[in-house]
Amino acid sequence: MILLGPSGCGKSTLLRTVAGLEDPTAGDVFIGDRRVNDVQPKERDIAMVFQSYALYPHKTVAANIEFPLKVRGVGKSQRAEEARNAAALLGLEPQLKRKPGQLSGGQRQRVALARAIVRKPSVFLMDEPLSNLDAKLRGDTRAELVDLHRRIDSTFIYVTHDQVEAMTMGTRVAVLNFGKLQQVGTPQDVYDRPATAFVAQFIGTPPMNLLPAGMLGSDSVQVGIRPEHLKLAPGGELHAVVRQVEHLGHEVLLTADANGTRLVSRLEPSAFIPEVGDPVAFDADPGRRHHFDATTGERVP
Amino acid sequence: MAADTVRGARKAGRYTLLVVLAFIVVFPIYAVVMQAFKTGPGSLDHPRSLLPVDLTLSTVKAAWTQGNLGRLLLNSMFVSLMVTVGVVITSLLAAYAFAFLQFPFKGPMFIAFLATMLVPAEVTVVINERTADSLGWINSFQGLIVPSLASTFGVFLVRQVFLQLPGELREAAALDGVGHLRFLWEVAAPLSRPTLGALGLFTFLGTWNAYLWPSQVIRGDRAHETIQIGLEHLKNNDISKINLVTGGLVVAALPIFIMLVLFQRQLVRGLTAGAVKG
Amino acid sequence: MKRRLRDVPWAIAMLLPSIALVAVWTIYPLVKAIQFGHLTCDVTGKKCRDVGWGRYWDVFTSTQFQHSLGVSLKLMLLTVPTGLVLGIGLAVLADKHLRGIGIFRTIFSSTVATSVAVASLVWFVLLQPQIGVLADVFSGWFPVLKNPGLLNDPGTALLAVAFSSIWANLGFTFIIITAALQSVPRDLYESAYVDGAGSTRRFTNVTLPMIAPTLLFVGVVLTTRALQTYGEIALLTSGGPNPEKPTTTIPYLIYGRTSLIHTDLGTKSAAAVLLFLLSLVLALVQFRGLEKRVHYGS
Repeated sequence: MILLGPSGCGKSTLLRTVAGLEDPTAGDVFIGDRRVNDVQPKERDIAMVFQSYALYPHKTVAANIEFPLKVRGVGKSQRAEEARNAAALLGLEPQLKRKPGQLSGGQRQRVALARAIVRKPSVFLMDEPLSNLDAKLRGDTRAELVDLHRRIDSTFIYVTHDQVEAMTMGTRVAVLNFGKLQQVGTPQDVYDRPATAFVAQFIGTPPMNLLPAGMLGSDSVQVGIRPEHLKLAPGGELHAVVRQVEHLGHEVLLTADANGTRLVSRLEPSAFIPEVGDPVAFDADPGRRHHFDATTGERVP
Repeated sequence: MAADTVRGARKAGRYTLLVVLAFIVVFPIYAVVMQAFKTGPGSLDHPRSLLPVDLTLSTVKAAWTQGNLGRLLLNSMFVSLMVTVGVVITSLLAAYAFAFLQFPFKGPMFIAFLATMLVPAEVTVVINERTADSLGWINSFQGLIVPSLASTFGVFLVRQVFLQLPGELREAAALDGVGHLRFLWEVAAPLSRPTLGALGLFTFLGTWNAYLWPSQVIRGDRAHETIQIGLEHLKNNDISKINLVTGGLVVAALPIFIMLVLFQRQLVRGLTAGAVKG
Repeated sequence: MKRRLRDVPWAIAMLLPSIALVAVWTIYPLVKAIQFGHLTCDVTGKKCRDVGWGRYWDVFTSTQFQHSLGVSLKLMLLTVPTGLVLGIGLAVLADKHLRGIGIFRTIFSSTVATSVAVASLVWFVLLQPQIGVLADVFSGWFPVLKNPGLLNDPGTALLAVAFSSIWANLGFTFIIITAALQSVPRDLYESAYVDGAGSTRRFTNVTLPMIAPTLLFVGVVLTTRALQTYGEIALLTSGGPNPEKPTTTIPYLIYGRTSLIHTDLGTKSAAAVLLFLLSLVLALVQFRGLEKRVHYGS
């Protein structure tokens, strides 16, 4: 499960509420069938990976991984054994004797993960665990996490503001905005049938074109069209002037201005590409149009 | 060429100035040390007394026995160690509460606590002497130790470090079921070691060097005197035995000199912690 | 709500030692001293009578207190500016990269290791009129060293105490100002240098403003120490020489074994409270007065 939303939307707070670091002001928190509102964090059968990893800087990697077990009173040899297993799972054995300060960002991230794994929780909570890594490492780690999820078969709740992470890693995605749940569904579902105008614009790069009410169709409905569905059509309903042409190699992004509304269209490089300043007309297959209520932003079927 | 000469002359001038000033600053210590290692007339034959000749340990030895310095040193050592350990513990606990725990009136309480730093010992000793008296603590180690066991400055200093520890560290520990004392002992305290070292050093020095309170709470009981107030007994009516005082001074100052050489870094850190952070 | 209160038992337990100690040994005596300051006592100090807040005014205007106030303020004026200037001077001088500068730094810091008692007794020995080194070596220029001795002349006794204090505090002042100097970013000097500022100008326009907060701190500490001078007096002059008592500072008036009010609890308390107010006011004045001109680094 991925919690996705812009910063400040409440996704971290939600995660922390599940962890028991914050109390809900109203409502119940269930883990499995168990209501955990009054359960101490340590008894919730969860483990959390923090954005900053929260490793103990003065302890070695091995001691860091063992620490949750030590607190639980697990015997020394068993502790070491399990820590070694968790480290092995993540390829951390060579670093066991080092301290966090001597590790790279990616290694630290894996230590934090290992420290969560040794507890064998039924739920893993992750708060933007990849945001402190550089772009390339983030890509690799993303794949590793997906693989890990498959192997250890527990629930992951994963907070991110990065839609790519959400789309590639999520079994299900929950999109939040301003503390409100916007939509829950599979990534494809959320992409194909966004439940609100916010979700429509938040997911997808470049974002969906959202036309002001009345520009296409009824006065009470906003029409949304993804850039790849906005086609150049000489007889099209939407008239605009080309403002920008970006050649990205595998595609061309065309930005145009239709009476003050910015339209972005994604074209094949082999297609006919107009030039900046050219008047153009767009159209979109009615089946590819999304309709949202102009006041509530909710999807109209 | 000319610039080089000017620079050279300037450098020489600076060195001369430094040497003269260093001589003035160090002279009192040097003179006392020299006298302490002379005996009888040799220590009074000025300025020959300042030369490192005719050195002997007999004055220091005499001061040691006549001043009962061994006992005084032990007393000071014991009192200072107890106070140091006590202050580090009470500061750790209180700082933890102020840094990591949630409770009503935390802010106002902290301010009120800090405000007591403004009350100098010179004001409270009048009444504390009475309190110690009513507890039967005059002429006792309790009297020397207990009133100094809490340090507002210590609480402030340690809290400052605790607040700089990432909050996620405490949260991660809480998720693992780590209790407050365990987190304090296994994570927060080890991570604040430099500050705790400075605090400990300062408390030790402050206690070791204290004069007013010991001079009031110990009233002539030679068995409980600290070195600072006990040294005075070496001041003798027989003026020719003045060098006994110098012997005593060397004995009293030596442990502190050694400590400061060993812990120079902590000293500077501690001194500047108050000045720079404020 | 629950979360806010869950920590309360822990907070109480952890704060208790510190708060109890501070309550008993700092707050209680302060309150009690304020209360006892109302008392006027007979010669034995046993029979006392509550005469109200007016007692403070009586003590404040008494000859003894006025005299001691004068002594304490004089001592402050003798030690604080000199101590600051010497501290800055030595620190600036030793801040240059010269070979062997470490030795000079160690020497200038060295008096930080001396306690009040040690420093006072060092000067006590040096200043002995008949047999002290200084008397023998310098009495040609300064006859007072020999007769009657710096500590025994009512005109110079306080000066001698001031010497001892300044010297003893020099190590502390030097260390702190050196640390402040080292925290001034070098590029500020370099940019001033490029702008054509000479060394005097660099000192007044870069160094002084940058270390001003530290100087303020050192000034407050030195002032407080001057007002609290007790051990030096007890060991060097016992408040004397009599009958002028030119070294009976307020703390010595309160705590000195030879002080006239030594047994008078009411007067002692009142004097202690007045001393507290005095140091508070002086600290506030220094902070207020200098705050505007001081730039706390970004």
